[in-house]
Amino acid sequence: MTYEHFAVLIVIVPLMSAFAVALLGWFKRWACYPLTLAALFVSFICSLGILNTVISKGTIHYHFGGWEPPWGIEYVVDYLNGFMLVMLSFIALVVAIYSKRSIEQEIPEKIVPYYSIFLLLVAGLIGITVTGDLFNVFVFLEIASLAAYALIAVGEDGAPMAAFNYVIMGTVGACFYYLGIGYVYIVTGSLNMADLSQLLPNLYHNKAVLVGFALFTVGIAVKMGLFPLHVWLPDSYTYAPSVTSAVIAPMFTKVMAYLMVRIFFTLFKPYFSIDLIPITQILTWVAAGGIIAGSILAIAQTDLKRMLAYSSIANIGYIVLGIGLANRMGLTGSLLHILNHAFMKGTLFLVAGGIMYKMGMRDITQFRGLHKKMPFTMGTFTIAALSMIGIPPTGGFFSKFYLVLGAIDARQWAFIVVLLISSLLNAVYFFRIIENAYLEPPVTAYATDGGTHEEIKRDELPLSMLIPTLILAAGVVLLGIFNERIIAFIIRFAVPASF
Amino acid sequence: MEIVYSIKPLLAVLVSLIAAPLILLTGERQKNLREFWTILAAVIKFSIVVSMVPLVLDGKIIEYTILPIAPGLLLQLRVEPFGMVFALLSSTLWIATSFYSIGYMRGLNEHAQTRYFFAFAMCLSSAIGIAFSANLLTLFVFYEILTISTWPLVIHKETTEAVRGGRKYLLYTLTGGTLILFSAAMIYSLTGTLDFTPGGFLAGHGTPAMLTLLLITLILGFGVKAGIMPMHEWLPTAMVAPTPVSALLHAVAVVKAGVFGCLRVILYVFGPKVLTDLQLWLPLAYFVSFTILAAGLLALGQDHLKRRLAFSTVNCLSIMILGAALLSKSSITGGILHMAFHGFMKITLFFCAGAIYVKTHKEYVSQLDGLGRQMPLTFGAFTIGAMGLAGVPPVNGFISKWFLCLGALEAKEIVFLVVLLFSALLDVAFFFPIIYKAFFKKPLDDVNPHFDEAPMFMVVPLTVTAIISVGLGIAPDAVVHFFKITTLAVNSILGLGAG
Repeated sequence: MTYEHFAVLIVIVPLMSAFAVALLGWFKRWACYPLTLAALFVSFICSLGILNTVISKGTIHYHFGGWEPPWGIEYVVDYLNGFMLVMLSFIALVVAIYSKRSIEQEIPEKIVPYYSIFLLLVAGLIGITVTGDLFNVFVFLEIASLAAYALIAVGEDGAPMAAFNYVIMGTVGACFYYLGIGYVYIVTGSLNMADLSQLLPNLYHNKAVLVGFALFTVGIAVKMGLFPLHVWLPDSYTYAPSVTSAVIAPMFTKVMAYLMVRIFFTLFKPYFSIDLIPITQILTWVAAGGIIAGSILAIAQTDLKRMLAYSSIANIGYIVLGIGLANRMGLTGSLLHILNHAFMKGTLFLVAGGIMYKMGMRDITQFRGLHKKMPFTMGTFTIAALSMIGIPPTGGFFSKFYLVLGAIDARQWAFIVVLLISSLLNAVYFFRIIENAYLEPPVTAYATDGGTHEEIKRDELPLSMLIPTLILAAGVVLLGIFNERIIAFIIRFAVPASF
Repeated sequence: MEIVYSIKPLLAVLVSLIAAPLILLTGERQKNLREFWTILAAVIKFSIVVSMVPLVLDGKIIEYTILPIAPGLLLQLRVEPFGMVFALLSSTLWIATSFYSIGYMRGLNEHAQTRYFFAFAMCLSSAIGIAFSANLLTLFVFYEILTISTWPLVIHKETTEAVRGGRKYLLYTLTGGTLILFSAAMIYSLTGTLDFTPGGFLAGHGTPAMLTLLLITLILGFGVKAGIMPMHEWLPTAMVAPTPVSALLHAVAVVKAGVFGCLRVILYVFGPKVLTDLQLWLPLAYFVSFTILAAGLLALGQDHLKRRLAFSTVNCLSIMILGAALLSKSSITGGILHMAFHGFMKITLFFCAGAIYVKTHKEYVSQLDGLGRQMPLTFGAFTIGAMGLAGVPPVNGFISKWFLCLGALEAKEIVFLVVLLFSALLDVAFFFPIIYKAFFKKPLDDVNPHFDEAPMFMVVPLTVTAIISVGLGIAPDAVVHFFKITTLAVNSILGLGAG
């Protein structure tokens, strides 16, 4: 067996396990959790093997059934999706470890289907990332989307409605993407990305190609929740079960961002997306709007998960802004932010889930004294929040730093201002929570002589939830400290050479 | 200059960073062990810093590269004379403040002492990190850590007023931080480096308009912590913090970090040549002169003792920056010396304010009548500190002010000599009434006319810092060679040979 098979196993294992979980669940409910973990662990190992192969031997091409592209389906892994795969499978694994207690409490009667669909979601997202075939992307996109609708719908009261909204919007997005494929296929007769990138340059002025490109862009924008097409996102994140939010928020939108980079800079040549159609320039302004609007809306929320959802909208803005700046620094910042944001938003949603698990509420005005009750959980929250604000040496600072450098290189002063202001807005809504959590519960008569507060008992999360949270939080700091290594070894090569 | 590679600077930073979790883990149950960590770390840190003094005096530079932190940028520590002055100041005063804090916190039976000592240790780590930073990005990393770790100290009392003070503090300092980040990114994109160079590294880069903009953003950014008007507002508000914090804020870490940053920018980023060529030094000098006079006048009107001291601090900080802005040999010497010497005098004054509060719970100047009879040591020390700030020999403040005045003459700008002398007069005007009241007015009813001092943990540190102030006034080169090191720094900045 060669390393190339990893590229297939990473999808097949969770996909098949999804069925296995559903079957096994009939007989042994307890087996679902370990089986899910095992499948995701195999995926994670595969992703490491893939990345290692990419670094040592270069791009991996895997031809399904031995069919040569462009006739057969081809999986292609280069630096860009190599690091995405590691990130996706790692986050999925960590969240899965965390999931047990939270799921048992929130949706006890649906454990079996939940894990089954969870695995489908992961398989779908990894599939989108790993494939080199335009239509295959659509197939996996549908798998992932349908799984996501289901995972959201099982949540609390508002969840079915939120999921319904998401279904409508998501389907529209997917249809756009699908139509895009159709237009491109009509004029080229090919679906293989590498093949298409050779065929398309002669047809850049063809109307069908232009329309196809527009449809791709809008479809992906809807799916990634890019402002102002984000309306499905806040409700979905808020009402979904904690674990669902923790897996969809860091992963789904990031995969869509990856797809955007692929289509803009691999499927089409960079000069098409930058110069022929100034789509990148348009997107920077849209993204800037999203950053500001998302941050301001986040300030207005008192529900922790809804606030995090709006903050996600702002952060998608960062990523798209970096893509839109279309220079080396900007895209580096963007890719690094995909990674950083996955870790910090993952941490934050895990903490939100943890607070939900222990306290049964998400209202940030009631967080007083939480630092005594759950010191480690709130510690990780603080680290992730500082990273969101962009305080060094956490990861969030560095992605912002590169984005600012990218904006300077592009001579786009307005975006520098946007980036800096959004940092401050982030500080406003995160410090509101930190402040609440670290202050004592209000007492009527405050005395300087201490001891007047009611003693708060420590009541930390169970280890199966705490350790994943700590791992992600540690990741937030490590990604910051070693960001230069990551850039030097991986991201540098993921950015198109022409930049 | 000869460069020595050594891990010592890193150790100096790490000592208190390691102590911080130890303090947290030891907690409230074993108070003495917890305080032992603080003292141990303070003493070790001081020893490490002092052990590097001989090398610096030999004209050598100690360097340690921690790791690359961004393409072309290193997280690097470098010990050279100017940073050494700040490190010596911080590490010496940390020892004094540690002892004093123990007395203060226990004397008032304060709550959340563990958090307090934890944040304190974090602050000191970042202060030393700031002192030894080899480039602007490293400096910024530590600067932001300092911002965040000071916040728990500001809100320590957890009253509405304290929380509001904390918010204001964050708003101001984080805004300043984003300005610095912007400038750092701009400079990096202009020059490809951020390494501090004596005499500046911006010569020959960028347009005059761009450089002017950068100077403005940097001075505004660092000026927030240095309390330059109109960005000083947070400082008197932050006076709600416990007194040792105010002492730390106003004499050692935070505001000095701001001044240190401004001086780094003026002398090591822009350098005398650029500032003279672009005629920027004069507006800068006028800008800070306004603060010097306005703060002095405002101090006159304050009845709250700590607020009065706060405005006096605002006044002194701008004097230091004025020294650097005048760019003459003596004025720079005076500015750097004042940065060090002011620390000893101002911390004495704050210690006194705290001792008075712990003993008598008095916070207002109008309540101090006759208190000198009860607390002669405290008010004796207060008198020394006040004399020093007014520039009366033989206290160390005289030496730094003498050089500042000489510098104003060397720069051929008599205006600033007048500013300096008038500000010294103001010092007399707002400090001496306090001394007069304490010693010569008829005691108020609640004053015990017999010797009845604050706890020893407080009186000894404040006496020691007062004695050091006088000692440094008589022999500025004693023990740790403040004067020689400063001279070395000035010579390297102005490109003069040794001597």
